[in-house]
Amino acid sequence: MKLEIIPWIILFLPMLAAAGITLFTLKSRDQSARLSIGAIVLGFVLSVFFIAVNGWGPLKMESVASWLEVGPLQVDFGLRLDPLSLLMLLIVTGVGGAIHIYSYGYMHDDPGAPRYFAGLSLFTFSMLGIVLANNFLQMFIFWELVGLSSYLLIGFWFERPSAADASKKAFLTNRLGDFGFLLGILLIWDTFGALNFSAIQVELIRNPQALGALATVVGLLVFCGAMGKSAQFPLHVWLPDAMEGPTPVSALIHAATMVAAGVYMLCRVFFLLDASGSNALEVIAWIGGITALLAALIAVQQNDIKRILAYSTLSQLGYMVLAVGVASPTPAMYHLTTHAFFKALLFLGAGSVIHALHHEQDIWKMGALKNKMPVTFWTFLLATLALCGVPPLSGFFSKDEIIAAALNPEHGSVWLFLLTVGVALLTTFYMARLVLVAFFGSAKSHEAGHAHESPKVMTVPLLALALPSAAGGFLGIAHLYGKQLGQAHADYHVLAMAVSVGAVIFSFAFAWGLYWNAERDPLPEKIGALARAMRDRFYFDELYEATVIKLQEIAAAMADWFDQWIIAGLAVRGIHGTTELFGRALRLVQTGNLQTYAFLFVLSVALLLFFVL
Amino acid sequence: MQDVLFYCFAALTILCGFMVVANPWSRNPVTSAMFLVLTIVSLAGLFTLLHAFFLAAVQVLVYAGAVMVLFLFVIMLLDLKEEARRKIRGFGMISGGIAVAAVFGIIFKTLVFDTPRLSAGLSAPNLEGVTKPLGETLFTRYLLPFEILSVLLLVAMVGVILLSKRDLR
Amino acid sequence: MTAGLEHYLVVSAILFCLGLLGVILRRNLLIIYMSLELMLNAANLAFVALSRFNNNLDGQIMVFFIITVAAAEVAVGLALIVALYRKRQTAHVEDLTLMKL
Repeated sequence: MKLEIIPWIILFLPMLAAAGITLFTLKSRDQSARLSIGAIVLGFVLSVFFIAVNGWGPLKMESVASWLEVGPLQVDFGLRLDPLSLLMLLIVTGVGGAIHIYSYGYMHDDPGAPRYFAGLSLFTFSMLGIVLANNFLQMFIFWELVGLSSYLLIGFWFERPSAADASKKAFLTNRLGDFGFLLGILLIWDTFGALNFSAIQVELIRNPQALGALATVVGLLVFCGAMGKSAQFPLHVWLPDAMEGPTPVSALIHAATMVAAGVYMLCRVFFLLDASGSNALEVIAWIGGITALLAALIAVQQNDIKRILAYSTLSQLGYMVLAVGVASPTPAMYHLTTHAFFKALLFLGAGSVIHALHHEQDIWKMGALKNKMPVTFWTFLLATLALCGVPPLSGFFSKDEIIAAALNPEHGSVWLFLLTVGVALLTTFYMARLVLVAFFGSAKSHEAGHAHESPKVMTVPLLALALPSAAGGFLGIAHLYGKQLGQAHADYHVLAMAVSVGAVIFSFAFAWGLYWNAERDPLPEKIGALARAMRDRFYFDELYEATVIKLQEIAAAMADWFDQWIIAGLAVRGIHGTTELFGRALRLVQTGNLQTYAFLFVLSVALLLFFVL
Repeated sequence: MQDVLFYCFAALTILCGFMVVANPWSRNPVTSAMFLVLTIVSLAGLFTLLHAFFLAAVQVLVYAGAVMVLFLFVIMLLDLKEEARRKIRGFGMISGGIAVAAVFGIIFKTLVFDTPRLSAGLSAPNLEGVTKPLGETLFTRYLLPFEILSVLLLVAMVGVILLSKRDLR
Repeated sequence: MTAGLEHYLVVSAILFCLGLLGVILRRNLLIIYMSLELMLNAANLAFVALSRFNNNLDGQIMVFFIITVAAAEVAVGLALIVALYRKRQTAHVEDLTLMKL
């Protein structure tokens, strides 16, 4: 067997699984789960095998098949295999595989489980498509597929209005970003006449001024796509609502993979953002920073365990985008990788807690779970520490690189550096709050008092994910990315380390003081209005409600009026009315009386004779 | 003598034709049919004046004999009473009369005033013993139309039999 | 005045117009049919006259044909009238309004 065929198999296995489930096994929960899990685990094994045989080196796989030709545009369907995509392949199949297995336990009692697994497999297929795409169009199509499958999965419990609304919101918000992305792709095609990543890169190296004045515009339009998928400010509103989906979905889609797609795409086309004459990076950096800070602030006052994690995800995504913005894609991808491990672990842990407490998500109704759920607690704690950046866990290394990159003299600034430090402080604070309230202290509800550990099928994936979360810093991931994207800036590492460790200690002490054995949140009394604003997510939803939605409703009302009165009224009814009027007038001639016809006949004969003779 | 006969027959034809169409005393279809027979007979007289003896005979035989009998037969069959006078449509009468008058006016004007005397350029009629050459022409030059005509008569016969069947579907 | 071609043609035209008048004004189907016969006979007269004054027998042949066709036509037409009468119990055109919607 030729080696080249393996990535194709990896890509299409989940699709086959999804099709198989939808067509044949919708009745059987176990078979559906087996198909779906089998596909992704086999994908993971094949990925490992492929990398073991082939190494990390880039493999020329482009232009495998001519996909479509429209005039001068030629789009190939091909795969791009380099360290960037291969690592992502491992993350998607590996983390995804763990989550698939975990889902088998979590969704055990849900009657819609086959549908769930079909959606999960479809999502995996689309995500792999994004990772392996070698041109913009192919990526865009899988990009949309990801949006669709995420819609299906968020709205999995569609009978709950909140879930249906959340899926709609996620889909529409993503569409907004994708629109910009599509415009960017069209602009790129217009400029370069090609959509292949490597072709564009070659062209850009040959002629750095190819984009000219449009460089910034192209960069920002492409970033729009990432803004939607990676939930960056101001399109961040969909991600917290997306927690309405089943918890494993939150772990897979809204922590480890889909939201990472935006960052991955930015790194994939980094050469374009970095083109000479482009100021896009600066905007990207600040948007990332603002998102990180905003989300961290909101997370401090949330009480729903999944929402805290959702805002934490937002905040970390902001980190990654900021890293891209300061021209350091390597730390961004590094953090994306480690974040995928420990955030998936956090979500799965949260899911385990929720499962044990019969779908109770309020942390103020938990407490004292440390001894009742030991595996969940220890893995959750490990992931928390990794997220906060405690050495020597994986998060420490990746976060530290970002903080250091923010200080680099070329693209970074002191303000960005302070921003990252502030976010690091807040991160430790809200995570410490979450752990202290949910796992320590006394049980604050009946369910919390009678909780017990989740089944093996759920704890084993936790343990499996705990391993890379802990040791991710020593696997040489950064080195691999560095080979392709350029090494990170080596300066300021010591300063960054010192600052981040200091932030963790300081913040943890602060949180300990506030939340150790706390029965309810003491913060609102201390800072008042600010806490309320944080709890209410800085009123972004209300703001959008008042502006975007109102505007849209006005526009819709106007369009409706136009349709009813101008198009349906004037145009359609006008034409039909005129025709009918003529018809009625002509009908008067048709008396049905033979002699009238004879009379008219004679009259016309007379006229004819008059003219002829 | 011939001219006197022409005027007699012409007057008789027109008068009887008028009585067919607009009999001021009777609305009975039988009356109209009888006047139509008279018209046809006087037309046969005109044909004789034009030396078309064979046609005059055919006219009387076929028209006055066969066709009119058919008419009368149908009238009897339908048992049409003298129908009650319906409301006369004044507007229809006037407009119809005007239309017909216009047609007649145009034809008359063309015949009498626009063309110089029609018969002036023609040689004197010299066809004598018409029936024999007529038969010869009919069965030589016009043989094919003649045969087609016979087929037409056959078709008409079949059609009529079909139409007169009791339950017409 | 010697009876020339135009005299015959004028008689033919008058007869034709009388037939036309009958078709337009009379409302009994049978009378209308008779009026049609009148019109055909007017045409016959014109044909014979023209044949006579042109020394050409073709006109008379045509009249012979017309008489034959008229006979066939009368047969079919009268059969139609009978069928119609059976169905609708009338021979009056104003009662035949099937063509009006």
